[in-house]
Amino acid sequence: MTPPAIDRPASDRTARVRVALEESLLPPLVALVIAAVVGDILIVIFGQSPGDVYRQLLEGTWGNAYGFGQVIYKATTLTFTGLAVALGIRAGLFNIGAESQLASGGFLAALIGLAMPPGTPGLLAVPACLMAAALGGGVVGAVPGVLKARFGASEVIVTIMLNFVVLALLNYIVATHIHVSETLHTPEIHAGALPRFTAVLPMFAGSAANATFLLALATAAAVWWYLFSTRPGYELRAVGLQPDAAEYGGVCVGKVWARAMLLSGVLAGLGGLNYVLGYKHYYEEGFGTGSGFLGIAVALVGRNHPVGVVIAALLFATLSQGGLAVNALVPKQMVDVLTAVVIIAVATVVPEVRRAVAASRTAGVGNPRAPAEGGRVAIDGPGGRSDSRVPIPDSRP
Amino acid sequence: MIAFLVQTLRIATPYLFAAAGGIISERAGIIALTLEGFMLTGAFCAALGSYYSGSPWVGILAGAAGGLVAALLHALATIRYRADQVVVGIAMNLLAVGVTRFFLRLAFDSSSNSPRIPGFGGGRGGSGVFSSLANPLVWLGILCMVAVGWLLYRTPFGLRVRAAGEKPEAALSVGVPVRRVRWLAVALSGASAALAGVYLALDQHQFTDGMTAGRGFIALAAVIFGKWDPKRVTIACLLFAAAETMQIRLQSLQLVPSQFVEMIPYVLTIVALAGVVGRAVQPAALGRAVD
Repeated sequence: MTPPAIDRPASDRTARVRVALEESLLPPLVALVIAAVVGDILIVIFGQSPGDVYRQLLEGTWGNAYGFGQVIYKATTLTFTGLAVALGIRAGLFNIGAESQLASGGFLAALIGLAMPPGTPGLLAVPACLMAAALGGGVVGAVPGVLKARFGASEVIVTIMLNFVVLALLNYIVATHIHVSETLHTPEIHAGALPRFTAVLPMFAGSAANATFLLALATAAAVWWYLFSTRPGYELRAVGLQPDAAEYGGVCVGKVWARAMLLSGVLAGLGGLNYVLGYKHYYEEGFGTGSGFLGIAVALVGRNHPVGVVIAALLFATLSQGGLAVNALVPKQMVDVLTAVVIIAVATVVPEVRRAVAASRTAGVGNPRAPAEGGRVAIDGPGGRSDSRVPIPDSRP
Repeated sequence: MIAFLVQTLRIATPYLFAAAGGIISERAGIIALTLEGFMLTGAFCAALGSYYSGSPWVGILAGAAGGLVAALLHALATIRYRADQVVVGIAMNLLAVGVTRFFLRLAFDSSSNSPRIPGFGGGRGGSGVFSSLANPLVWLGILCMVAVGWLLYRTPFGLRVRAAGEKPEAALSVGVPVRRVRWLAVALSGASAALAGVYLALDQHQFTDGMTAGRGFIALAAVIFGKWDPKRVTIACLLFAAAETMQIRLQSLQLVPSQFVEMIPYVLTIVALAGVVGRAVQPAALGRAVD
């Protein structure tokens, strides 16, 4: 092992690149290995051969156009919720509410789609639905942000509680006012539907992949630009790394928190379009159940970077679709277990790898003390609820 | 009136068990997002134990043991490896859902529910006053909460738990083994929350997929609304249960849509967290890892 030498910039850069690669690639890989081992155990318990199951899983997802289309469809929603969670974590906030923000976004988009007269041109209808979804998710996301900024209320708890409140409210509205009888969904929207991939590429026949995927990719690029090339994005990351220091640097921490939660909600809300505009063309109770929580997994494995989020979304979409493909051999619930194992493994392995990497980095420059606070920055940002106690002087009247 | 009170107590029992576990975990500084998962694990293990032994008492033991194992996994990740408590907490809930479904298929070859198991009381929907009061778990639930209050405020261990949750560094400096205290607190919390699930499974005489239905989060809401104090949390649990009972009893009148009654615990908790007067303030070191 070559110690990073600060007096030689060239080799320092190589070392830094190596360290950065180790830091970003090692934890997901270790986690995947752990998940594969647990998966093997479960498969063997069920009396099947792991090789058969994994082969079937791959054939059912990436091996044919329909399976691949379904992976794309599922990855679309997960990209949005993953981006939502990742943006929050970059600001040091935990958005557990993507679940209800997604539903609320989808619901408003469906309402607008219903309100427009049939035959409204797509150029008008689609942006209108898009704005509605952003508004629906944004409002639900902004509430915990504002409560955190004003009162220091833990955004973790508020978003969890809001999930139940918002879903119950939507459930009530749909059930009593606008459902199609005998179902739990609204009528089909009149305008704003997006084309499926089948329209252009017939081989995707039957799969739900649609143009929202392109919107997801564009959104990921926009988040990347926002986080790393704009001033508000810089402030957001500064607050996430060290709120006190950001405050001293002239950033209004409370405002950044409120804005970050708003944007996070908007991102999750846009995810609702995938189902409402792209797939079924109506809002249905529980259409995105689980996507919000999976978004946490996506953000973690994607290291809270937009590119990583897209890759991780494809990974978890593959697992989810693969579960259906192997259901004949082993219960599809196996993938739920594997998803949870991946999250726990990443959350556990990342701080350990970081400590090891940091120790090897400081060892060379005569600083024997490894950072003692390694656990606190475990997920690219403040993880604990203790941060809600940070005083925010200028956000109060 | 008596029927109303007894029904409230029945509905409150799982909340009391889970909230008792939530208090002890959070007072030690470990966020109790996992109550739901512990409950589900407990319910499933109780169904297994009760089904294969034929005795609900074995079910109770099996359920508590299941919750304990889940809690130890949680402690390993968050205390030993200092993983983020929120992330692992959410994942533990997903894990509980996945594992119970997987083994439901494996053990009972069903994707929705277990066969009928020996339990307490008159069976599904048996809401008779006598059969409810004859269920030992109802009394154990109250006892559990009383025990937590005694443990926290009347024993050296309780003092250490509170120190671990408020000022772990100070506790460490006077020789309190903070990590060990937290391990114990999480283990107790897992067993206690699992009993909440055990109660549900034995009361309904079967395990159904996802049968905890968010009750773990209502218990967490009660813990926060009750400001982490056993007496107030008990009142919160009873309050939430009374609202549900009222809703069930008045269902035919259609006074208030059920969805709005469902919201009560969550809305109250948000208000308590954001309240200007008498705001709920969590233990100072909640969520913070200790070296």
